[in-house]
Amino acid sequence: MQWLDAVIQGVLLGGMYAQYALGMALMFGVMRIVNIAHGDVMILLSLIAVSLAGVLPGGNLMLVIAIVPIAVLIGWALQKFVLNRVVGVDPLPSLIATFGLSIALQNLMLEVWSADTRSLPNSGIASASFQIGPIYVGLLPVIVLCTAIALTAGLDAVLRFTRFGRGLRAASADTDAAAMTGVNPRRIYATATAIAVGILGLAGIFAALRATVSPADGPAQLIYAFEAVIIGGMGSIWGAFLGAMVLGVAQAVGLRIDPGLGILFGHLVFLAVLATRPVGIMARKR
Amino acid sequence: MSEPILSTHGLVGGYGDFQALYGIDLHLNAGEVISLIGANGAGKSTFLKSIFGMLPVARDMVRYRGTPIGGTPTHELVKRGIAMVPEGRRLFLGMTVEENMRVAIDNAAIPESRGQWNRERLFDLFPILRDKRRQPVEALSGGQQQMVAISRALLCQPQVLLCDEISLGLAPKVIREIYAVLPDISAAGTAIVLVEQDVTLAQEATSRLYCLLEGRVTLTGNSRDLSREAIAAAYFGGSHAVA
Repeated sequence: MQWLDAVIQGVLLGGMYAQYALGMALMFGVMRIVNIAHGDVMILLSLIAVSLAGVLPGGNLMLVIAIVPIAVLIGWALQKFVLNRVVGVDPLPSLIATFGLSIALQNLMLEVWSADTRSLPNSGIASASFQIGPIYVGLLPVIVLCTAIALTAGLDAVLRFTRFGRGLRAASADTDAAAMTGVNPRRIYATATAIAVGILGLAGIFAALRATVSPADGPAQLIYAFEAVIIGGMGSIWGAFLGAMVLGVAQAVGLRIDPGLGILFGHLVFLAVLATRPVGIMARKR
Repeated sequence: MSEPILSTHGLVGGYGDFQALYGIDLHLNAGEVISLIGANGAGKSTFLKSIFGMLPVARDMVRYRGTPIGGTPTHELVKRGIAMVPEGRRLFLGMTVEENMRVAIDNAAIPESRGQWNRERLFDLFPILRDKRRQPVEALSGGQQQMVAISRALLCQPQVLLCDEISLGLAPKVIREIYAVLPDISAAGTAIVLVEQDVTLAQEATSRLYCLLEGRVTLTGNSRDLSREAIAAAYFGGSHAVA
């Protein structure tokens, strides 16, 4: 029963990682843009949410309504003013530009919010739980997981069936040929990054609800997002979701074996997948 | 004589510091099929890229329906009515035949229902694509992929179609199949610029031709009036002309 509990807690933790990973799946998996500042942007959105919670009436729902548009705007600006200038066949310029951005963001956040850990006020949702048989399940993690499933399904459908999705897949496959077919690659990339960071806005709120955030937390979230996308397979949205589940379960199971082993176990499983199936579990042929 | 639909005026261009084109004057009349021949490195592809917003050129060097368009971004030129079948086909891998077509439909200035070209008409032109419409493009043969590339360009509903080496790497039988649809395309009112290395093919398929050598036009005229000797001299340069 202890192991079943570990797996369930792992799946719920995976729901959180899936929210980190979806934006990464879109930017790194589909667009092949390496965004080192991914985790820092999420922490930034968390901290903005924490600050807004003090002045904004209306609780968490109001926070979502306020943060997601801010996130979308940040994403659009990130692509328009930083990434569109460095995007190309070579992934190195985007890596270097966002690495610099990551450091700048961490220091900016340290300046504005100090190194204190912060979290959103607990309105009861974070500590509520219910019992299924002998296992206790937290309400918030279940909401996080359900949100992650809905976001994954929605994003996957958008990529498959919409005009925007086709244009993005075309531009990712061959940017010049997409332009020759009437696609404006820069505009479509800006929209995609706006969506990716918009999802991070939600993730940021949930992260600050379930635990604490501080300005230096970004890089760890970045690693989880990268690992989830690579475990699942580049270019596959459901693959990133599955990768996040694998990571979450591995960490939760590792944690039961030894309280110090949790995070290491996640990395070990990542290495095992990389060694045995480097293209990922649900790799799409390109 | 009416104004040409597309023309270049002393077009110079190249890649960064490397100049590849030295003052090209060319015109294309509405509905006409012309070819641009020349050896490897003569500047044919560079010329097409310069027209199509993929290499920097001065605004006045390219005119489309009387308007200077040099340097306009490629995706905007597509909306104005210029399309290209690129060298090497450049299909969107990982996407199906129909998805490749739909990217063009999604972005065309004229909706599929009102345009000259729609999927049904192209499936009539290339029946094999109807059976393969749900298959990923990488599962198709080279000739079938070329058909998808042509279909994709036509679904942009162009007035001018730029074709870059569409016979390259294909079997002679397949080349004949591909070239057989060119009269249908021009009959629909689309003017075509064919870039071709195969002189005989170019002469048969077009009304006029331009021969490029080292970035300059060395010969131009009605395709059928030009002698093999004159073309050979223009193609390889005077000193290499064969007797």
